[in-house]
Amino acid sequence: MPQDLPSTPKSTKMKYWRKPLDADKVKVPHGELHIIVNRCKGCLFCVEYCPRDVLQMSEDFNVKGYHYPEVKEDDACVNCQLCELLCPEFAIFCVEKEEEGGGENES
Amino acid sequence: MTKETTVTEETQEQAHPMDELLRMDRMPHIWCPTCGLGTVVTALAMALDKSGISLDDVAVVSGIGCTGRVAGYIKVDSFHTTHGRAIPFATGLHLANPKLKVIVVSGDGDLIAIGGNHFIHAARRNMDITVICVNNFIYAMTGGQVAPTTPLTANASTMPYGNFEPPFNIPYLADSCGASYVARWSSLHVRRMTTAFAEALAAPGFSLVEVVTPCSTLYARRNRLGTGLDLLKFYHDNCEIEHGADTRSLDIDFQSTIKLGKFIERRRPTFLESLDDWYGQVFGDKYEPYAGATSE
Repeated sequence: MPQDLPSTPKSTKMKYWRKPLDADKVKVPHGELHIIVNRCKGCLFCVEYCPRDVLQMSEDFNVKGYHYPEVKEDDACVNCQLCELLCPEFAIFCVEKEEEGGGENES
Repeated sequence: MTKETTVTEETQEQAHPMDELLRMDRMPHIWCPTCGLGTVVTALAMALDKSGISLDDVAVVSGIGCTGRVAGYIKVDSFHTTHGRAIPFATGLHLANPKLKVIVVSGDGDLIAIGGNHFIHAARRNMDITVICVNNFIYAMTGGQVAPTTPLTANASTMPYGNFEPPFNIPYLADSCGASYVARWSSLHVRRMTTAFAEALAAPGFSLVEVVTPCSTLYARRNRLGTGLDLLKFYHDNCEIEHGADTRSLDIDFQSTIKLGKFIERRRPTFLESLDDWYGQVFGDKYEPYAGATSE
């Protein structure tokens, strides 16, 4: 069981203190995460620094014996690619998900 | 077992965008879990992509050490030189073919200790190369010996009671020797580091980007600082961004505030510009500007 997971509660939905004026026009991008499980060395960088708290550590092990990240909330990823940049093992990447049906807003 | 098979199938689905730039036959790399070096490689690849330089015109040179492995992992023309001699090799490469973008990626022990002499002279002559100095405060590959960048009081395997030698302030050293571009970022500040790499590549003359990187296995463990993730959290809470700061104020003390930013951006004639200018004055029309030693 992964014991040392970051325990700080983070809000999963972005909160605005005021609704942006162009909220109905802005299209929030969505990303699709690809995790190459067997490259991961369980450093937790992606889990800790994901601004939308999309990832969590798995309870399973990969072939190297490390816990690896898995997607917790599929829709929350906004394709910021910070996990892809931070990952020292080149094990995670993000591609923009094409979505039909116009802008989708949260707030 | 069934789980594992599905996992392998999943990995085959799509290749990582970095795979094109890495020598995949050498992966997985030898860097420890929570080491920041992989991040630096990604940032360098992004910067190369951003600056639009053809990968055929790029050469990566590195010395010995954990960071020295970068030259072996990145799929551009690269050379892994002897200890401390990355800059002289890069200087030769640059002078033989001035059109080549020569990038030196090496550690603090390699560039500042063993290669310290080469570092100051390349900066003094304003050789048109880009130097990325990955500073993990210790000689990591050889077992955590004290380096000339180890902060005062930090523990190292050859300083078991804490370090008493004052460390180098790398941006000040480069600035005082006349470098054209000097910046410092941590491996957490990925996007700013990428921008700094792109700027350093574009800047004519000697450009230095120091990247403060966690070493989990030796520096953090010996000093009871947790893992590399804890060091990243430390950088998150204790780094101050101060562009254009006086380089004399950039000392790093043990677990103190680290100042980051772009400190120096100045235009000085590079080595080849000075050479052409001076010989043009001395020999007049008889002098042909230097165009490299390689035949096209």
